[in-house]
Amino acid sequence: MKNKKLHGLSLQVIPFAEIEKMGISERVKKILNLVLGNRIVIIHGRLRAEEEARLIEDTMAMVDHIKGFKGIELAVIEPNMKDRGMFDKMRYNLAKSLVGDSAALTVIGPSSVVKEIRRDPKKIELLLS
Amino acid sequence: MFKKKENIKIGFYGPPNAGKTSLANRICKDWTGEEIGMVSKIPHETRHVQFREKVEIKHKGKILTFKLVDTPGIATKIDYEEFIQFGLKKGDAKKRAKEATQGIIESIQWLDDMEAIVVVLDASENPYSQVNITIIGNIVARKIPVLIVANKIDLKKADIKKVEAAFPEYDVVGISAKDGINMEEFYESLFKLAKKA
Repeated sequence: MKNKKLHGLSLQVIPFAEIEKMGISERVKKILNLVLGNRIVIIHGRLRAEEEARLIEDTMAMVDHIKGFKGIELAVIEPNMKDRGMFDKMRYNLAKSLVGDSAALTVIGPSSVVKEIRRDPKKIELLLS
Repeated sequence: MFKKKENIKIGFYGPPNAGKTSLANRICKDWTGEEIGMVSKIPHETRHVQFREKVEIKHKGKILTFKLVDTPGIATKIDYEEFIQFGLKKGDAKKRAKEATQGIIESIQWLDDMEAIVVVLDASENPYSQVNITIIGNIVARKIPVLIVANKIDLKKADIKKVEAAFPEYDVVGISAKDGINMEEFYESLFKLAKKA
């Protein structure tokens, strides 16, 4: 796992092989633990639809119980994403620079952090420099 | 021998504020005389699954009887401060946020019970959102027949072609639940959907 940090914001890259053998609960738990630690998680690959739904379910249970946690931003980014907005393209380029080319990448982060990046995209550029 | 299915469960799914309850109200008002729930400009107005048994629709000499299940909008984040911007007091906004999180969990848990699903999207919004993709991905993974409704075609920004381009494998019908535009085509599509269940 690679980990880059800047002003409390950090990125965590998870190769798919690392979570491949985990069950759905364990996999979702691992992702959410990282997100609760204020990290943006980049998974080399994509989750199954049922896992995405479970991730949303467990996220909602946590929003209800953890003070200050408002949820996640979830994006599955494909290389050929026409009609996507600038923000998605930026996320893909960022993720690609960290993990190399991939068929798909999943980016999951705390919504508060992603909101902050939207407000000031330079934070991501600084993180990569 | 095949027995004709009666009272199939049709779920109305989608992101918050796409118009699921507006469409459910339109159907219920047209065919049962009573609306199913409240609608609001503030997101997450529907925070519990609500249903109406035995809604009977007659269209071109055919009859469809189904259980209409209207679900809370699915989202990946709930921020009570967003509700304050709509004029709610802090306490009410927090209560709404708490109920909304439980509503989302409820929506997802009801997925397995559905026999057919109408996904309601706001045609004036970007259809490529991850929540839309996750909802449709989950329906497809469960092999549940799906119809996509591009709602709010009365709005200037509405773009049905964009919704069709985002989900080319599925039937898409453009309507305005609020103004009752194109409901005939919707009912036609609903019959086709029920046939697949």
